[in-house]
Amino acid sequence: MNSDGEKHIIIAGFGGQGVLFLGTTLAEAAIIEGKNTTWMPSYGAEMRGGSANCFVVISDNEIPSPIFDEADYGVFLSKAAINRFENTMKQNGTAIINSSMAKDCKLRNDLNHIMEPLSDISAHSSEKMLLNIMALGLLIKKTKILTKESVIQALEKISSGKKQEFLKFNLNSFEAGYNLIREKAIY
Amino acid sequence: MKGNKAIAQAAINAGLQCYFGYPITPQNEIGEFMSDEMPKLGRTYISAESELAAVNMLIGAASTGTLAMTSSSSCAIALMQEAISAMATAEIPGVIISVMRAGPGLGNITPSQGDYFQATKGGGNGDYRTIVLAPATINEAVELTYKTFYLAFKYRNPAMLLADGMIGQMMEPVELKPFDLKIPDSSSWEANGVGEGSDKRPFRKLVSLHMQGDDLIVLNAKMQHKYHQIQENEVMYEEFMTDDADILITAFGTVARVAKSVVLKARKQGIKAGLFRPITLWPFPSKQLKSCATSKKAILDIELNEGQMMLDVKAAIDGVCPVELIAKLGGAIIKEGEILNKLVEISKNSPLKEGAKC
Repeated sequence: MNSDGEKHIIIAGFGGQGVLFLGTTLAEAAIIEGKNTTWMPSYGAEMRGGSANCFVVISDNEIPSPIFDEADYGVFLSKAAINRFENTMKQNGTAIINSSMAKDCKLRNDLNHIMEPLSDISAHSSEKMLLNIMALGLLIKKTKILTKESVIQALEKISSGKKQEFLKFNLNSFEAGYNLIREKAIY
Repeated sequence: MKGNKAIAQAAINAGLQCYFGYPITPQNEIGEFMSDEMPKLGRTYISAESELAAVNMLIGAASTGTLAMTSSSSCAIALMQEAISAMATAEIPGVIISVMRAGPGLGNITPSQGDYFQATKGGGNGDYRTIVLAPATINEAVELTYKTFYLAFKYRNPAMLLADGMIGQMMEPVELKPFDLKIPDSSSWEANGVGEGSDKRPFRKLVSLHMQGDDLIVLNAKMQHKYHQIQENEVMYEEFMTDDADILITAFGTVARVAKSVVLKARKQGIKAGLFRPITLWPFPSKQLKSCATSKKAILDIELNEGQMMLDVKAAIDGVCPVELIAKLGGAIIKEGEILNKLVEISKNSPLKEGAKC
């Protein structure tokens, strides 16, 4: 976190993993908590399978720029995302990593890594598990940048209307992600 | 809400009846939003075959006193310059939303402010002016979209909202205030048909070709008088902590947000900085900037271009203090640390009055 209480979060992966949606949900939850927030996507010739990323800033004050040099928190869903963006993390920052796609990655040793095989869990679970929303659950549980309740409210808001049918998948996935760490501690 | 969508919604709130556009990043969401929303309201959305077609459709629609607009970006706004000059000459209130990408040429799609010259000086021919408003936040983009329509009709002149790609692409919380301006009446000039029977009125022409006698001399005098009025009455700007400032930052659009944050940080380090942000880029707040700059040691101008606005800054202040520049081109972003270092450097070099070049 910056001296002025601004939280910088970078979310990266490839197109189709729900990177931008994860960021939108975070920003929506920040609004629910009455905070200032900005969301800035990579844009242009992006496509399914290509790289995708977004920058989210959450603050109690006015936000000068939606783009930043150093992230406090990172969510990296692919190997390319780690290689490209891990260097933008602040020392002792927290990075959520999809370890299913981080094989042979050289990770920095001055970061707090949360490694979970999210792609594998998503592929092998009996219920439909969404990779991005599990990562969001992990992020919220580990960093407490926003409350669990406001994120759930944000998911309910975003998955309303025509998207109602996706709500239960989103909520289940969020809960699963949120509880991943606890389960590991029990094992 | 995404900036592009907020701008589109604001135009609809203002009463937009016709949208004409051709896709280009980073403003595509405007056309996308219009294609969804305008038909629902029984209004017109046309995906034009080119930017030239779009801007000429704009001339046609706005000639009838209809609220109409087009939106585009840098290299495609370049294609519209002839039509903008024609609109200014025929006094047609077309609204243009320009969401800048990096240039020159086709450039790339990253945020930039490289079209300050294009917007404020224009690439069209002759002594015409375009009203240009530059938002720093999405909330302000909504407010200024309203104002753009209002001013276009008030002065019967093309007006442009000039946003950088960051405003277009980012999301932040927006309060979509209702449209609270009254679009000035166009019934005295609009070319909407002469009517029939006893209601039939004389034929009207809105043209940009003036071959007869002194017509063009008279028209130019009228236009210049109008531009003078706009300069007198419509200047908008923001001053932030300027009263006791030693160093004044000048910046527009999203760069001013970063500058504002740096002003606060600099003050914590004992450097008295302030920010002067032109909101109308034309009319440029020249008098106001000069009076603000008179007691200052220096101006630091910051832009996502090679100091295009700096020329207006220098012309405005007429040498009352030296002007330094931080310029970022081609999609490079401005970092707070860099500005802060420059402020430290400038304050160490003070008193700057002697020997410093303006």
